[in-house]
This record gives sequence, C-alpha cells and structure tokens, in this order.
Amino acid sequence: MDTIFSLASARGKAGVSVVRISGPDAFSVAQDLCGSLPAPRFASLRNLCDENGDLLDQALVLVFEDGHSFTGEPTVELHLHGSTATVSAVLAFLGRQKRTRQSEPGEFTRRAMENGRLDLAQVEGLADLIDAETEMQRKQAVRVLSGALGELAKAWRHDLVRGAALLEATIDFADEDVPVDVLPDVQECLTRAKIGMMRELSGAAAAERIRDGFEVAIVGPPNAGKSTLLNALAGRDAAITSEIAGTTRDVIEVRMDIKGFPVTFLDTAGLRETEDFVESLGVEKAIERAKMADIRVFLLGDGSTYNRELFQNDDILMTAKGDLDPAAKNPISGKTGLGVSSLIDRIVSVLEQRTAVSATATRERHRVAMAQAISAIEAAEAQMDQGAEFTELAAEEIRSAVRSLESLVGFVDVEHLLDEIFSSFCIGK
Amino acid sequence: MKHLEFDVVVVGGGHAGTEAALAAARMGVRVALVTLRKTDIGVMSCNPAIGGLGKGHLVREIDALDGVMGLAGDAAGIQFRLLNRRKGPAVQGPRAQADRKRYAAAVQEAASNVPLLTILEGEVSDLSLSGGKVTGVILADGAELVAPKVILTTGTFLRGIIHIGDVSRSGGRIGDQASVKLAARIEDLGFTFGRLKTGTPPRLDGRTIDWDRVGRQPGDEEPTMLSFLSKAPKAPQISCGLTETNEKTHEIIARNLSRSAMYGGMIDGVGPRYCPSIEDKIVRFAEKTSHAIFLEPEGVDDHIVYPNGISTSLPADVQEEYVRSIQGLEKAQITQPGYAIEYDYVDPRNLTLTLESKDVPGLFLAGQINGTTGYEEAAAQGMVAGLNAARQITLGDPVVFSRSDSYIGVMIDDLVTRGVTEPYRMFTSRAEFRLSLRADNADQRLTPLGVAIGCVSEKRRRLFENKMDQLESARKRLNSITYTPQALNSAGISVGEDGKRRSAYQLLSFPKIGFADLVALDPTLEDVAPAVREQISTDALYSNYVGRQMKDVEALKRDEAHEIPLNFDYGVLEGLSNELVGKLSQSRPQTLAHAARIEGMTPAALTLILARLRQNTRRRSA
Repeated sequence: MDTIFSLASARGKAGVSVVRISGPDAFSVAQDLCGSLPAPRFASLRNLCDENGDLLDQALVLVFEDGHSFTGEPTVELHLHGSTATVSAVLAFLGRQKRTRQSEPGEFTRRAMENGRLDLAQVEGLADLIDAETEMQRKQAVRVLSGALGELAKAWRHDLVRGAALLEATIDFADEDVPVDVLPDVQECLTRAKIGMMRELSGAAAAERIRDGFEVAIVGPPNAGKSTLLNALAGRDAAITSEIAGTTRDVIEVRMDIKGFPVTFLDTAGLRETEDFVESLGVEKAIERAKMADIRVFLLGDGSTYNRELFQNDDILMTAKGDLDPAAKNPISGKTGLGVSSLIDRIVSVLEQRTAVSATATRERHRVAMAQAISAIEAAEAQMDQGAEFTELAAEEIRSAVRSLESLVGFVDVEHLLDEIFSSFCIGK
Repeated sequence: MKHLEFDVVVVGGGHAGTEAALAAARMGVRVALVTLRKTDIGVMSCNPAIGGLGKGHLVREIDALDGVMGLAGDAAGIQFRLLNRRKGPAVQGPRAQADRKRYAAAVQEAASNVPLLTILEGEVSDLSLSGGKVTGVILADGAELVAPKVILTTGTFLRGIIHIGDVSRSGGRIGDQASVKLAARIEDLGFTFGRLKTGTPPRLDGRTIDWDRVGRQPGDEEPTMLSFLSKAPKAPQISCGLTETNEKTHEIIARNLSRSAMYGGMIDGVGPRYCPSIEDKIVRFAEKTSHAIFLEPEGVDDHIVYPNGISTSLPADVQEEYVRSIQGLEKAQITQPGYAIEYDYVDPRNLTLTLESKDVPGLFLAGQINGTTGYEEAAAQGMVAGLNAARQITLGDPVVFSRSDSYIGVMIDDLVTRGVTEPYRMFTSRAEFRLSLRADNADQRLTPLGVAIGCVSEKRRRLFENKMDQLESARKRLNSITYTPQALNSAGISVGEDGKRRSAYQLLSFPKIGFADLVALDPTLEDVAPAVREQISTDALYSNYVGRQMKDVEALKRDEAHEIPLNFDYGVLEGLSNELVGKLSQSRPQTLAHAARIEGMTPAALTLILARLRQNTRRRSA
C-alpha cells in the first residue's frame, strides 16, 4: 500500500490550507518534515523544514493513528498558511520522498471505504456534502454521511433477517424444540421493515430534489412579463427581455438558492396559438417542461385565463404586471419588484411542506432498491398466507428482499441467519 | 519390512473413509483402506440415524453418485420419516433410524466385494513424503504403503481427549487411542489447526425403560427411502419413544454444573451451537422448564437406547441421577455414560475444492478432520476426495461441485473459503439455491456427472435413464396439451381471460393445482406413473422460482470461471486493505466467486483482483 498525499482544501490563496498524508509511511514522512510529531489527535505547532533544514512554514500538525482516521490508515494533517507558494513548497517536498506519491482523485475516500470506515451510501453522502451549494443540501448530505441511511437499512435488514431466521428455524429444525407458530412474529418483522421502507420511499423523491434542485416553471401568455420576473428573481439579466411578444423561444434556466433550497427557475415561451413554426416548437417545449416542474407559477394577463391542464396542486397564480392594476389579486411585477418577495415566500412554504418528510435516500439507486425490497416482502406475505407448505417460497422472497437491501449496506450471510437462530432458540435434541 | 503399492491409500474406516475408498475403487484405481480394526468399518459412533434436513439431501447426492450410505441406511432402517412433510418438497429431508449392527454389516459387505479395494488393519503413524509430495504412509509396525495419493479421514482421533465429568483421558472415540504422532506430522507440514468439541448422551438399557410412561413417535406409513434404488425397508419397523426433562432434572444439573467438563473449564474447544449439551441448554435457556428427549433404539435386537437431546459431560453419578428424574426413565440403567470429546481439526482453508492440500500435492483430507460433524457431511467429503484422488491417477479433470449444483458443492465451498468456527453441519438454509437443489432431484443433478466420470454402476445408469425417459415423455405430453382461459374457467380453474392458452405443465405450477386436477381435465393422463407425477409436479411447482434464480446462478458461474492462481500475490494489489490481504492470503480462494464469499470482502476489492487477473492474462497472451 502506497502512502499518498494531497492538498485537501481548495487550491489558491486562503487563510489556511490543509495537506493530508495517509498510508503506512505517513508518520515517518511527516516526521522528516516536522522534526517530531505531536501525540495522536492533539493539535500542535511545528516548524516544517525541508531536507536542507530550510524553514518552509510554521504549521498546525494533527496526527491520527491507524484505524482512527478518515481513511482508516495512519494519517497526518498539516494546516499550513494558505499561500500558494507555501503549499507548493510543502507538496514539492512530499513529492520528492520515495515513500509517497500524489493521490489520485477520490483516493482518500476510496481508501476510507475499502478500510470499512464508510459504506457506499456514506461515500455518496460525502461527495454530496462537498458539492453542496445550499443549506438544505448541506443538512441532507450530513445526514447521509453520518450513515443515517445505512443505519436505517441495517435496522430493516435486521428485521428481515430475524423474520427469515424464524422461518428457517421451522424449516431446518422442524424436528426439534422450536416454537411452532412463528408466523405472527415473522409478520411483525416484515411489516416493520416494510413500513419503514415505505416511509423512507415517500420522502425519497423530495430528498432527491434537495440534492438535484427543484424546478419552478414560470408560465403564462406571451408578453406577460415572465422574463422580467425571472430577471428580478435572479437579480441579473439572465433572459432576454423585450416588448415584442414571443421573444423567449427556448427554455431558459436560472439556478438559485431560495432560503436554502436549490431552485431552478424555468422561463418558458409564452403559451399561445401561433403560426410561426419556430415559436410553436418553443411553446410545445415550454408545456412539456412546465409539466415536469415541481411548481408552476402562472402569470395571468388582463382577462386571460390560465392553462387548466397544466395546473397542479400547490401551483401559484399571480396577476402579471400587477403594478399597472392596483385592484389585482396577487399582483406581481418584475419591473417594480412588487409581489416578488411574497412569491418567494409562497414557493418556500410549498417546498418546506414537501421536504418535511424528506428522507436520507437521495438517489435513484436507493429508491429502486427499497421498491424491490418492498415488493419482495409483499410476495413473502402472500406466500405465508397460503400456509406452511409454502414456507420455503416465503423464505426465498425474504432472501430476495434482503439481497435488494444489500446494495445499500453490504452483505447478508447465512451465518447471520444462523447466529440469529442460535441466539434465540434452544436447538438440539 | 512389508512394502505394498497402491494408487490411493485411505487412512480411516469411518463414513468418510469408506465412501472415499469405494468411490476411488469405482473409478478403477487400486485402493487400500487402513483402519484399526476391520469391524470398525460402518460403525456409527454417535446417534443411530442417517439423513435428516440438509443431511438427507447429502445422502441422496452421495447415492446419485453410487455411494454406499443411502443403500446401507435403507438396509438397516428401522424407522423412516420424511422430515418437513407438511412443507414444500425442496425442504423435505428423508431420515432413517438405523439398526447399528445391520448398518455396519451392510457397509462392510459393500466394501468386501470390491476387487480393487484392499482393507488392511493397522495404525498409520506417519506419512511418507518426497520432494514435497506425498508418496505413501508408514504403519506403526514399520510397514510402508506406497501410493501417490493419500486420503486422511481420521475423524476426531487427532489429539482427542475424552471427558466424563472431571475425569479425562486421551482417546479418539470411547475404547480407541488418539493419533498423536500423525497430528504432529500434519502440523509439521504447515497445516493450521483448530480445536473443537462434541458430546454424546449416556446410553440406556432399553429393558429398564418404562415404555408405557413415554410417548411414541412412529415412522411414516409410506416410508421414503434414502436411495433412489431402494423400494421398501428390509428390517422390521419400530417406533421411537418421546419424553422430556423437567424442573427436577434441571435442578440436579444446575447443582452439579461445576463438575461438568465444559462448565468446569476443562475443555477449550468450541462446540456446535445446534447440538448443545443438556448443561448448555439449561444455562442458556433458563426460562424453559423442559426439553424434549427422543428415545432412539439402536437396533431391532439391541436393547441399547440412544436418548437424543441430553448429551453431557457431567460425571457418571450425576448422569444417573438426572436420567432417573425423567418420566419413564426412573429405573433406567446407563450402559455407557455420556462423554464430551475435544479434538484437533485441520483448517479446511488449507484445501482446494477437491479437498486436496494446497501445499502438499497428493494429500487429501476428508470428514470430521476438516471441522465438520455428522456422518453425511463426512461421507460426502469422502466421496469428493475419493473421486478426485482417482481422477488424478487416471489424469482426468478435477471433479468440482458448485453451490449451484449440489449441497456437496455448498459444503465444500463453505469449508474451503470460510473455514469453520464450530463443527460444520449441513442445513437447507445454507444452500441459496435450495429450491432447485432438492432431495427428489439429486439423481437428475448428479447421476449424469457420475456416468460421465465413470463412478456409476451399469444398473444405476439404466434405471436413471429409464426414469428420465419417462419424465421427459410426460413433460412433453403436458406441454403439448393446452387450454383456453374459457375452458379452464368453466372447469373451475380460475385464470385471467387474456386469450392465452396455457399448457398442462403451466397449470401444474399453480400453487393449488395438482396432478389429479390435470387428470380430471384430460383422462388420458391417467396412465402416468405415480412417481413421475410426483416428480413432475415438484419440478413445475418451483419452475418460476428456479427460472428467476437462473440469473444468480449465471452470475455465480461467471465468477467461478475466473480462476485465481494459488500463488496470487494479494500484497501487491494497490488499494487492498491489509486486513483483506491477510484474509485472502490465508484462504487462497480458487476463483473470484470464492473470493467474494470471504468475510469483509468489498465490491471494490473484487474489482481490483479481477483487474489484476485480466492484466496477468493479457501479459501471458502477449
């Protein structure tokens, strides 16, 4: 196993830059640089000198022992002064050492996973945390990183393994001292796992949205001021605005942080019957995108009606160019800023409602695994209802449910099953 | 000094040894079986029964390859029961209570009529080796047997110690010596050892049991035989007795726990969790006020009774006291006190899938020496070692069993990749493909292999092929008879009105439809023989699941096709944790599929190994 190093913080000038060294030779290499190492997990100031004894920097040094670091390997962290020159000098020193090499992208995390410090879901959570742009994203990533999904999956799997063990006990120890009617207990285990997964699944869509962003489409007739509103929201000229109806022929997206929620606003072509071929394509596309969005904001012109087919629950109706009509209901104007903050509040309240049940399953992969497990559990329940002669088929379905969960947290093993059986029953004639 | 030459020498005449010797002889090579006494061949040293759940599957597989265990069990069977009769056929296991004397006689007879098999009495004290390979064995009297293949099946004899309460002494089985010298030699060869323990109950004099005060457990009315060749039991049939421990029994045992070899700290070995001693049961499940005891007669004309469920290492006087506290056993005489035995086993991770040593070519290990328990597990290993030792003589490809084709494959795979932490016993739950690995189709799964490698008699081959022809023609008929949804619904079989015709075979896969329903639809099916009906119904019942599992089987086969050389260097793999390097280097998995089952294995690590294997292949072909 090589010892690897790299700059762990962002490149460029900063208050502090962190260089991380991980691997079997981390301590000895760091010792050459620092003279002596502080006790594990105690931050201490050290003078970093190169081979000639020239001072490179004065840095805060942290030492993590084997099995007690992020990667699971001996690790040293150097908190350097964040100048580009200092960082390069230290990296150059490390690069000259035969025992170390520059890490590949993601290699620290890969080692953490291979050393069992993180499970796959946690690795994904970490990647999301690093990429997190908004507060909601950050909170969610931290939750995934803490192994929340892994913990949940472990609990479900525990229930399933317990249920399977009870069934297996009636199969493999039929001739012995095991309780005869285990079905109610099995049912209880299966139901608990199933309900847990269903709850998680219902929140999964929102969680995925937090990760990937919500979409809010602004729709309305041509020249209702959709682009102007978008510009007002974005605070910059993202969409071309002009007074000629039908200017916006493509869908324009602006991604922003709305009170912690990642939201992409879609500025769509004005919805109207048109003979202009290019414009009609734009209208079609606008309708399609607007349908897929999480929320639609309808800007209603004077006397115009909105497209009822597009309208879904929680959508927002506003009167366009509200600055021109003091009597308008829910007036909004991108031009004067009238109603913009109340629109933002309404969007946030809808998103808050939707993410109240937000889960830790943030990826499609997680959702598919849970959906498969749930349908296998339902099949197992159906087999159990048919009677004892179908026990082995019910057991097979539970096995398949457990296999689905495996993709979230590692393996199940017959030994786990037997452990469960032996710790619960007195078996043996 | 005597000097005899053979192709294969089998050391030990237990269940592993006899199957090994017979299998090798069936393959046409010259075999010597060395045992302390010829009369030890076929002896059942623990409970007098063959088969059971998982175990019955193994017996059927041994039988499918023409082994002796099933036929001997049928010849000696005094009570036949198909376990799990009320559950699905995949988890039903045939079991026979056997008459000890008849069983041993049947095995000895089978072994005495084999021209290529020589049975020798003696104690093997050492192995002969040359250039790192085994070349034969040395007997205690100095005689040497020369053979390029040696199969060790020494059971619990390696440094065995017997404990009865606080009295302990060296010994392999009650009345026999332990093999200390041989153990030292095996250790010198670099094998790693572990220590296990197992126990037996006191044997009772059946004439002193009050049979009127105990329950009765009769055999099945229609006995299910162990062997595919047997038709009906040969011995008279009997019932077993049923009784149970009570609070007084528990009080006696609890009071004397400190005198138990196990609880007095006299034994270091690890015992099986599924066969706990009565002391263990009372300590671990203190809330239970009684435990079942099965009174199993050891034979038709044998008054000894094996009380299954109360194995113990308490002193003899305590055994007598607690036995007599049990209903029906108030006046019971103990003919042989129960004892615990601890013994060395060789870590089976030292072995390949053919049970040959990874380090000493020509040396095979089979049976309890590999950390297993049970006659059936031992016999199945003996079969694998015997076939493969012979196969090496005849220069054929190794005979390797897979998790996807047999319980034998599951067991060998578990042993050589995972090793053991307690005596290994077969369970149906160990077999992930158990819906297709059934006792009823063991012949379909393995007899063709047996025919191909030449270990199956002409008689069995003919019977098997005849059965397959019948099955095939019945299956064809069922597939050719089809019905419209309308016809089915009007006949009372409810199906969706989707316009699709369904074959009679498809109907059979419906959970509530049996062969009789098909006959009602089409009376011409009346002539299908009962055995064929049953087999085809079972096949149909699982056909959907078996189809679904095919994907997993294929994935397994793909991984099994990636062979890993035994000298593969895991240390140089970039990114493999030290812990995994250690485990892989110790286990030396033979294929990627086996590597995947090592505890703590990660998908990332497997990818690394696979990448290196591909690299090596490229380098070789370049």
